[in-house]
Amino acid sequence: MNTVKRIGGILWIIAGPLAIYYLVKTALSEINKKPVIDTKIQWAVFVIVFIPIAIGIMIFGYYAIKGEYDHLPESSSEIAD
Amino acid sequence: MNQPTNEFQSIRRIIAASSVGTLIEWYDFYIFGSLAPVIASQFFPKTNPTAALLSTLATFAAGFIVRPFGALVFGRLGDLIGRKYTFLLTLIIMGSSTFAIGLVPGYSTIGFAAPIIVLVLRLLQGLALGGEYGGAATYVAEHAPPKRRGFFTSWIQTTATLGLFLSLGIILITRHSLDADRAKSIVKFNDWGWRIPFLVSIFLVIVSVYIRLKMKESPLYAKLKTEGKTSVNPLKESFTHRSNLKMVLLALFGATMGQGVVWYTGQFYAQSFIENVCKVDFDQSRTILLWAILFSTPFFVVFGNWSDKAGRKWIMMLGMLLAIATYRPLFGKLLSITNEKNKIELADKKQINTTITPILKTENSLRTSNAMHFFNNGMVMTEVKTDTVYADVNKTTLKPDVKVTKLLSRSDYWMMVGIVFIMIIYVTMVYGPIAAFLVEIFPTKIRYTSMSLPYHIGNGIFGGLTPFIATLLTTIYINDKLVGLFYPMIVAGVCLSIGVLYLKNKIDPDVND
Repeated sequence: MNTVKRIGGILWIIAGPLAIYYLVKTALSEINKKPVIDTKIQWAVFVIVFIPIAIGIMIFGYYAIKGEYDHLPESSSEIAD
Repeated sequence: MNQPTNEFQSIRRIIAASSVGTLIEWYDFYIFGSLAPVIASQFFPKTNPTAALLSTLATFAAGFIVRPFGALVFGRLGDLIGRKYTFLLTLIIMGSSTFAIGLVPGYSTIGFAAPIIVLVLRLLQGLALGGEYGGAATYVAEHAPPKRRGFFTSWIQTTATLGLFLSLGIILITRHSLDADRAKSIVKFNDWGWRIPFLVSIFLVIVSVYIRLKMKESPLYAKLKTEGKTSVNPLKESFTHRSNLKMVLLALFGATMGQGVVWYTGQFYAQSFIENVCKVDFDQSRTILLWAILFSTPFFVVFGNWSDKAGRKWIMMLGMLLAIATYRPLFGKLLSITNEKNKIELADKKQINTTITPILKTENSLRTSNAMHFFNNGMVMTEVKTDTVYADVNKTTLKPDVKVTKLLSRSDYWMMVGIVFIMIIYVTMVYGPIAAFLVEIFPTKIRYTSMSLPYHIGNGIFGGLTPFIATLLTTIYINDKLVGLFYPMIVAGVCLSIGVLYLKNKIDPDVND
């Protein structure tokens, strides 16, 4: 199971840049189609909020590859650094 | 024998006090969304581009960006100064902002100041909501006995849906009670009556603040404070320490992200789809949701309680799986129920009424055709077509404005209630156990901060954007009316994969750490 978790990590790392690429490409194409302020704000909000989330899923993937999720903490003493 | 009874009474009071406040916060947040078209006409006239820009900001910024930010601000406060005072503060901010929106004079009276004030108040509402939920859930969970944590926190989970129920109910009642004549009542509501649901909020908030003032601090937090073990910098501990950050990311991508889209699809996108795509009458589209909420709300408690025995993970995952597998057939059924092509029209009953009104200072006229179609199963479809009749006979309106409204038959109406009920059952499966789940994966000293952020990113951003992104997809891929469902299905699918693979089903026996 831990091997599957680590392999899954590669998938999540790839998912991040793919999501950013698709998001920015769609945003530019939609803004070009209808260059009004509403469209610009709407897509700017999508890009601004989803890029950090895409980076978050890459970090998640990195942790998964490193085996951080092989064992989840049983108590808070394992979480406190 | 007396001790468990006293303990039960005490926790019942704690749940009631926390839930009432949270319910009012949701009510306050939803009335703005439910009244958005009326508010837009009062404060954000489309003829003025700057006002329209502020309107877009009010919708997007308050609902989606500010909520996670509120989670950080108030989550930090809750871990620094305590749960009780923090979620008392969020309640006061939310209540006073809502009340103030009801008092702001319109754009026609004070000009640009009106939309700016409303935008600021809406941002405050978003901030307050971001801080409320984590506090209430943490507070109840830290009082609950270990084996009943899912059951007790599920009462907090009912508040979001009941807040929507209350807001829709109060709006519908106010809309129809301002005049004996229904049409005049609606006109009065759009003119000034919309302020009533905002103003009513202050009474609810005063009662709730009074109840909350009588509450004591969470025993676990109080103990930490006495021992001097509270966090000095909860934000740093939550998001820069790898051991905690990995749990924040797991909570977001393995639970709250999918839960958020299932919630917003089942309640908000479903209602918007019924009204705007299926073209069901304004009142019917809202009462369908009201009935479905009424019948399904007890299931938050059922699944919360069940999660104390079966674990949180698999109930939430099953909810997501069912949603992914059945959304397209369920929404397809909503479409087919309201599709007039599936019914036989009673042609002899058809009524057409046309009026022609001269347009001032021109030789043209405005023609309004009102056609009522009656169908064999009792459905009535009203088609209002408006176009310009030009004095110059060679000119015609290129695209007449056509508005279609369908009044459903009794059997179709209840079938739609049943379908929305099923979708809200999925919401109760993913949402009922999630407070207990989030509380259990984070330590007491940074719990408020750590659980609030993934919750509000999952719900505010992934969930809150569902109606917008789904509707947007239907404007890009115009041939498929169900294409909008791909957004919640893909997000829930990714979340389901991560949740199944990485989450554990074990219930934490001790949150006292």
